[in-house]
Amino acid sequence: MSILINKDTKIIVQGLTGKTGTFHTEQALAYHGTQMVAGTHPKKGGQQWTSAAGQNLPLYTTVAEAKDATGANASVIYVPPVGAAAAIEEAIDAGIELITCITEGVPVMDMVRVKEKLDKSNSRLIGPNCPGLMTPDECKIGIMPPSIFRKGSVGVLSRSGTLTYEAVYQTSMAGLGQSSAVGIGGDPVKGTEFIDVLEMFLADAQTESIIMIGEIGGSAEEDAAQFLIDEAKKGRSKPMVGFIAGRTSPPGRTMGHAGAVISGGKGGADEKIAELEAAGVRVSPSPAKLGVTLVDVLKS
Amino acid sequence: MNIHEHQAKKILQTFGAPIAAGVAITNLDDAEGAIASLPGPVWVVKSQIHAGGRGKGKFKELGPDAKGGVRVSFSAEDALANVKEMFGKTLVTKQTGPSGKAVNQLYVEAGAEIDRELYLSILVDRETGKTSFVASTEGGMDIEMVAHDTPELIHSVGITASTGCTDNDAAKLADALKLTGSARDQGIVLFKNLYEAFCSKDMNLLEINPLIVTKSNDVQVLDAKVSFDNNALFRHPDIMELRDETEEDEKEVEASKYDLAYIALDGEIGCMVNGAGLAMATMDIIKLYGAEPANFLDVGGSATTERVTAAFKIITADPNVKGILVNIFGGIMRCDVIAEGVVQAAKDINLEVPLVVRLEGTKVDEGKAIINSSGLNVIAADDLDDAAQKIVKAVKG
Repeated sequence: MSILINKDTKIIVQGLTGKTGTFHTEQALAYHGTQMVAGTHPKKGGQQWTSAAGQNLPLYTTVAEAKDATGANASVIYVPPVGAAAAIEEAIDAGIELITCITEGVPVMDMVRVKEKLDKSNSRLIGPNCPGLMTPDECKIGIMPPSIFRKGSVGVLSRSGTLTYEAVYQTSMAGLGQSSAVGIGGDPVKGTEFIDVLEMFLADAQTESIIMIGEIGGSAEEDAAQFLIDEAKKGRSKPMVGFIAGRTSPPGRTMGHAGAVISGGKGGADEKIAELEAAGVRVSPSPAKLGVTLVDVLKS
Repeated sequence: MNIHEHQAKKILQTFGAPIAAGVAITNLDDAEGAIASLPGPVWVVKSQIHAGGRGKGKFKELGPDAKGGVRVSFSAEDALANVKEMFGKTLVTKQTGPSGKAVNQLYVEAGAEIDRELYLSILVDRETGKTSFVASTEGGMDIEMVAHDTPELIHSVGITASTGCTDNDAAKLADALKLTGSARDQGIVLFKNLYEAFCSKDMNLLEINPLIVTKSNDVQVLDAKVSFDNNALFRHPDIMELRDETEEDEKEVEASKYDLAYIALDGEIGCMVNGAGLAMATMDIIKLYGAEPANFLDVGGSATTERVTAAFKIITADPNVKGILVNIFGGIMRCDVIAEGVVQAAKDINLEVPLVVRLEGTKVDEGKAIINSSGLNVIAADDLDDAAQKIVKAVKG
């Protein structure tokens, strides 16, 4: 098993015809035959997209048409910030089950509007401002580099793209591999939070341990800690390693991610680390020791 | 992006918010006319810097007994004397850090007769994903202290995006602030107008501390702090014009021209990293091995050779930098693009400090080959741990 995506996931690309969409769709098609089934473009419906390797995908005017024609249950969004919220809304309206928005720089008021619509729908949104998700040897949605993955037992979840890669790379080097990896994104308002993904990893039989990577800003890590404490009382727990980025970040400054800011005396790294450790998560002080720390936790 | 108080008030005024008459002074020659244009009998002279705590702040160039960054005058002559004393000086507040900020603009405002000081702000509540008002009867003081000491005096009212600020929402706020009579009627209108301003201008934070009730039971915006969502500035050219680059670090202004997320810090090791999380983690690991980062720098997911070169120039423009760590884990970012940029930049600027490069991910072999064949004196690192130790050793010995 895995979470969210597997070899049967069929994906529509919103923004396929751009440079970024093209590059990453080619990578996905080359990754164990990930089922990229169609693209959308408001003016290029009826045409075809052709990859550098000569593979063709049909283009449709809308997500709804693409879904009807292909039976797709997921979409990935590579459109620029100005159109990203509308793209998410279009996918929600079309009834896409899993929507992943890679786009960085979506205005937060747009996401406030999207979030209300999302909460009233059956769709799940991953992101925005995220690297997407992977189930090794089965399915790749987004921009994670495939070469570092290895099928295995660790569930990886993170607010940061490149730190997801660190966790994946290190667990591959440690011989553990991954069940699935999910980058939930670095924006303050997003579709999926840590606790949503933790619930799925706890329920997934293939996932034997979990690495969770948080960062300064907000209270998603504190919420996750409380969730883990509550679940442990019900007898549900898995070995976990954590990391919190931003211990050396100055307060009041937004550290690249729109959501990574210590404001009003809240969202600092030390509090997050303390709460996660109180919930039984071993928090690694070094981002380079996620894999070895997990190996150590699994031995004890 | 932050703006000055007088700019914020002007924006809020266009949304119908009650603001006292006031004039901004950016040139001392205009001071006398500005003061004369206000009727008195009370003038308030306020330092315009992008930091809070101005009233209790101290001017570096003046003695410890000198008055703070917000001064009340009861004559035009006294107001002018205050303007002359404050203009161009450096104000140190608890939010500016010890170096303080230059006061290049002042705002002179008609004084108000204050009965009560309230607190009102609008922000996006990350936990609910909704726009939310925060209101308290305890205005005019540090709201973080109020929240800490008396959390029961802080009231939050979340707004549903599709309905906007309803009569019911506004009434809840009026109750929380204990507004009655004319002040209540004005407050109900004001809350809706402020919500409209917040949403339509893509604000990040709109904070009115204090919102006052006057002795004649009118409400008035006495102070206003507004910041905007940088991701939405593309649709607000009028707001972008309000940017005051003198409030920002020079290197950060330069970096913003190339869409680089750069923040200047005090340490000795310059960092160039892709991804905000990895960039923070790289700073953390430098500290873990006993040195201090000189900056945060995320080159982003779509960096070109030109942007990487610009990033390198900005890092090395900091005289404190004694070594540079390049840490790239390529996803969107291709290692070969980074490598070309690093080689080009190192040649352009005749790099003299030690450089450690760690590459991993998409096109890593091509990237390493470019670095290795460049003839540059680059210390290659295998992983993040190795990279951090090597740069700290190169700098600290």
